[in-house]
Amino acid sequence: MSHADQPERLHETDISPGDDRPDRSEIAHGLIGYAVGLALAVLLSIVSFFVAGTNLVWQPSIPIALFVLAVAQIGVHLVFFVHITTGPDNTNNVMALAFGVLIVFLVIAGSLWIMSQLNANMALPMNQLMQMQP
Amino acid sequence: MLGKLSWSAIPFDQPIPLAAGALVLIVILAVLAWILVKGYMPYLWREWITSVDHKRIGVMYCLLGLVMLIRGFIDAIMMRSQQALAFRAPGYLPPDHFDQIFSAHGTLMIFFVAMPFVIGLMNFAMPLQLGARDVAFPTLNSVSFWLTATGALLINISLVVGEFSRTGWLAYPPLSELTYSPDVGVDYYLWSVQISGIGTLLTGVNLVTTVLKIHAPGMTYMRMPIFCWTTLASNLLIVAAFPVLTATYAMLLLDRYLGFHFFTNTAGGNMMMFMNLIWMWGHPEVYILILPAFGIYSEVVSTFSRKPLFGYRSMVMATMAICIISFMVWLHHFFTMGAGANVNAIFGIASMIIAVPTGVKIFNWLFTMYGGRVVFAVPMMWAIAFMITFTIGGMTGVLLAVPPADFLVHNSLFLVAHFHNVIIGGVLFGVFAGYTYWFPKAFGFRLHEGWGRAAFWFWVIGFYVAWMPGYVLGLEGMTRRLQHYDVAAWHPWLVIAAFGTVIILLGIISQIVQLFVSIKLREELRDVTGDPWNGRSLEWSTASPPPPFNFGVLPNVEGEEPYWGVKQRAIERGELRPEPEYSEIELPRNSPTGFICAFFATFAGFALIWHIWWLVILSCIGAFITFVIFAWRDRSEYIIPVEEVARLDRANRTARAAWLAANVQAAE
Amino acid sequence: MSGAQAGTGVSPADPYRIGHYVGFRQGTAGHAARELASKRVIVGYGFWIFLLSDIVMFSTFFASFGVLSGQTAGGPSGKDLFNLTNVAIETACLLFSSFTCGIASIGARTHDNLMYYGGMAVTFVFGASFLYFEMHEFVDLILQGAGPERSAFLSAFFTVVGCHGLHVTLGLMWLLTMVAQVFSKGYRPDILRRVLCFSLFWHTLDIIWVALFTIVYLMGAGQ
Repeated sequence: MSHADQPERLHETDISPGDDRPDRSEIAHGLIGYAVGLALAVLLSIVSFFVAGTNLVWQPSIPIALFVLAVAQIGVHLVFFVHITTGPDNTNNVMALAFGVLIVFLVIAGSLWIMSQLNANMALPMNQLMQMQP
Repeated sequence: MLGKLSWSAIPFDQPIPLAAGALVLIVILAVLAWILVKGYMPYLWREWITSVDHKRIGVMYCLLGLVMLIRGFIDAIMMRSQQALAFRAPGYLPPDHFDQIFSAHGTLMIFFVAMPFVIGLMNFAMPLQLGARDVAFPTLNSVSFWLTATGALLINISLVVGEFSRTGWLAYPPLSELTYSPDVGVDYYLWSVQISGIGTLLTGVNLVTTVLKIHAPGMTYMRMPIFCWTTLASNLLIVAAFPVLTATYAMLLLDRYLGFHFFTNTAGGNMMMFMNLIWMWGHPEVYILILPAFGIYSEVVSTFSRKPLFGYRSMVMATMAICIISFMVWLHHFFTMGAGANVNAIFGIASMIIAVPTGVKIFNWLFTMYGGRVVFAVPMMWAIAFMITFTIGGMTGVLLAVPPADFLVHNSLFLVAHFHNVIIGGVLFGVFAGYTYWFPKAFGFRLHEGWGRAAFWFWVIGFYVAWMPGYVLGLEGMTRRLQHYDVAAWHPWLVIAAFGTVIILLGIISQIVQLFVSIKLREELRDVTGDPWNGRSLEWSTASPPPPFNFGVLPNVEGEEPYWGVKQRAIERGELRPEPEYSEIELPRNSPTGFICAFFATFAGFALIWHIWWLVILSCIGAFITFVIFAWRDRSEYIIPVEEVARLDRANRTARAAWLAANVQAAE
Repeated sequence: MSGAQAGTGVSPADPYRIGHYVGFRQGTAGHAARELASKRVIVGYGFWIFLLSDIVMFSTFFASFGVLSGQTAGGPSGKDLFNLTNVAIETACLLFSSFTCGIASIGARTHDNLMYYGGMAVTFVFGASFLYFEMHEFVDLILQGAGPERSAFLSAFFTVVGCHGLHVTLGLMWLLTMVAQVFSKGYRPDILRRVLCFSLFWHTLDIIWVALFTIVYLMGAGQ
């Protein structure tokens, strides 16, 4: 290993995903961070499950609300559990994440869009479909 | 007990595959016997098979690529001769066999020739260029290589036991579903690609981390050689695209093994989803292959023009732009599927846009040569041939990116000619350039120049003779993968194409001869200084072949083209830099983990193909235990004492001092 | 200063310096800021890249689920099948296991045996309960005749959920291995790096589960 001679310390300018800032690594602070994350995540999950089953809100808005809640919860997990921050020590981690998110977006949105267009173009009325059967 | 496997799996009734398989088997056994008799086995085990050194692994990747190139090329000759003969005649290959050959040819050439070659060169050169001692995860690197080798082995086993896929190199459903391909051919294909795909993914993770996190002091991003940038881009694409491949083939496997309905034409399955997903991997894959080749050309053109690369920053920008845009064009592989005008228009435009950064690169190379003192060494010749050939291929590509034009020539030999034009003229020429360029670095002697030129001319001329007729045939309406035909107008062109393949064969023979001649004449071709081409980046600053630790002390990088700067300052001052203070170096210990893991993966793959479930479970347990044993070891590094470091580095300094004296004398 | 390295006094035919850093930009402090990374950063970053690739793999399964979710082939749809109480219990299991995994990683960093072993043990229990509920659901569906071979929708459902379950299973095996490693070798730096990777893996599984229960279960049950 090329940098084995280096001491195993947390870096000032570069930090691994999952590691907290070195100056905040005391037990109490770490625990509070995870506890806040847990509280927020539980809250968001409860709201999601509530929204999904409720009749109180306008029905077509539910998927969008669920989507927003999920994105918020994923953000909570990233910040409080994986310790991804906007700090300069995290640039590489955030860039990698951004690249991943872009690819995920392209894969999902691209597939849904292409396949929905395809279905719209290829849809045949049922009676024609029946005629095509041997 | 043995699942679907029985004696009937061995094709006693088909003489051609049986003979081919027997021949391969005899060659492998002969090589093994020779190694055992000569007593090379302990050496091979210690220094190569268990090696975690990125240079050794890189060389093994290239060797795998070279061997599989010959195997894939035999398929090519068979296809071309079949088509030359099969005008109003059955030819000599029955359709069943012909289909296996074109499937095997595509699979081998992409997954087991092009991929190992570019990964091998990246593995070998990139850490040296960064001034690093090794890649980020050396043992993982070994695992990656051996998993790739496992995939190659499984494909070759299909020659003798069972049969190979008959569904083309991408196994489109519904043809590849169990209903229409009930035999093990598709399973051979899927499992070899899956296993080698995991290896490739791990390489991607490894090399991305290496470029971003490991480097010599002062090697900032904008000082990295272009090859490191293209390695980064290519491996980012691997990390992003190969999971899609794995997932897509996992779904096809679930369809085949457990009766799922992803791509079937019953119970709501959608085979067009497969086209969509597979090309979401397939298009980035093209750039995974070509980007490292672009990097090689950048290094070669700059070195042999004796000039820094023109437009370094635009080159970086173009590379990263291609990296992103290559993920937004996949639909141009299936314009005709019926997604409609809007979708086609957007993807057509995106496909044309991606030609822009590629064009930027071509101009950068041309301007690098402009005003330079171009040395026509063999790597440079490959680079120039590439620029011409790739431009033709790129233009036919832009033509295919126009949806209405694509409707006319899709699935024809025009398309086949196009991608052979860019893959041979782009990837393969680049690989050959890199092979010739870095060979002296890897082995300490240059490749024979004359045979290299012979190989170059045979390859280039052979390529044009073999593939320009493809464009004509495509425009004349010949579709791909035809086992026989009765259109008289096609026949002469197919004969010409077959003749071109023979010329390429001469090129490959020249390359094999070149290798043997160079080994025989290695004392004459010896590279003493470690810098045979008057190079510009750090890999040339160490000895050829480099010591296991690459650099006696990590170089301190003070600008772009660090080694060129060091050399110029040495000439100005008339002396080398003062001897550095050496210290002992820690290196990762060799480990058989990769090899043992691949051993189990081979059995697991074979057992999965033949439904031998107990063997699958045993192999998985074996692989898990291998990893646990690896994780349990206490010493993962060994130490090279300071005297050894000093001895090796001083030898290199002596050679450099002699070079400097000669240079200073010449300057005076 | 290395401006001389390739620009001046090199080769007479070498005046083209377009697109290169020259002069004041070279060798300045801003460039030297790219520090050498410690092993912990290298390993953590490499594993982060791997996790992102894993997420891309999941996104492929999600895309298939999105495309095929309406293709029930006359069979049951999500609305008929999903039991949201079960899903809520599963969610709770994973959320709390993510929290206890965080505690275990604090314990590993501070060499606190109670926090490490306790955190890992509770994480294992939660993870195993999650798996129990998921297996229960799968078996239930298959017994109802709503197995993966019934329709494309169910194929996609079983694959995306099952792939996550497979990851949890592998995670539990890894968890046990890490406990055994710390037990037999102590808090060695290389083992702590693996603990870091494991906790990253576990938190990422939780993130994927958030996407899963939202898209597959909640949206699916609402349709």
